[in-house]
Amino acid sequence: MKRFARFWWDFVVGDDWRVAAGIVVAFGLTALLAATSIPAWWVLPLAVAVVLWLSLQRVAR
Amino acid sequence: MGLTRGWRPALVGAGAATVALAAIVAALGPALTVIPIEVLRLVVGALLLVFGLQWLRKAILRASGWRAIRDETAVFARERAEAASAPRVERAGLDWYAFTISFKGVLLEGLEVAFIVLTFGSTQGSIPLAALGAGVAVVLVVLTGIVVREPLSRVPENTLAFAVGVMLTTFGIFWGAEGAGVDWPGGDGSLPGVLAFVLLISLGFVTALRRRKVALA
Repeated sequence: MKRFARFWWDFVVGDDWRVAAGIVVAFGLTALLAATSIPAWWVLPLAVAVVLWLSLQRVAR
Repeated sequence: MGLTRGWRPALVGAGAATVALAAIVAALGPALTVIPIEVLRLVVGALLLVFGLQWLRKAILRASGWRAIRDETAVFARERAEAASAPRVERAGLDWYAFTISFKGVLLEGLEVAFIVLTFGSTQGSIPLAALGAGVAVVLVVLTGIVVREPLSRVPENTLAFAVGVMLTTFGIFWGAEGAGVDWPGGDGSLPGVLAFVLLISLGFVTALRRRKVALA
């Protein structure tokens, strides 16, 4: 069971859980903004750029 | 497996896995079409995005020199040696090691491909077209394998991983945002813009990290 859970964690989350967490937060913000009159299309691209860069920074220092 | 342990068990294993895959897809494929399109796009988009970012992150680190490029020739040689030294056990008239390794490999990789094809097809409303694209890709890969008759170690693996990462991330952003309720400016026409954005930031990150690597050397 533990191995099974580990497999799915590695498969979905991968090496850096912060990337997945950042994307979840970005989806929440996108959904919140999309429910208002404020354009929300820019949130996910910006979030991708930020979480990817921060994740790369942790390795490349 | 074919080169090391013989073609018969390897091909039987691959064939059995293909039949199992077809059964799984036939059972799960229609189920996807009854899920509301917004929910499907949100879930598929989120999954594609986290998968895509995993691919992209590794490819950027390798391209910028912060992670070693995989030596496919060495990996092939090591795995071939492992396969050759594994004990031979006969079951159902087959070399069971070769059969199970071929079966597992084709089934697991095939499931990933089936997931991508089914989700791309269902989110765009055309599973047959997605299946046709996948079929053409299978034919091309098989023909390449027959013509080359060598492990595909000369394929620029990291470049392919980079391209796959960019594509998965792009579709993940696009469908995920739509699933979360976003109306893209220009509708589907904004997809090339998202692709260009992901490609440019990724290449920019490679350049920045490569410069840092050189500066630290």
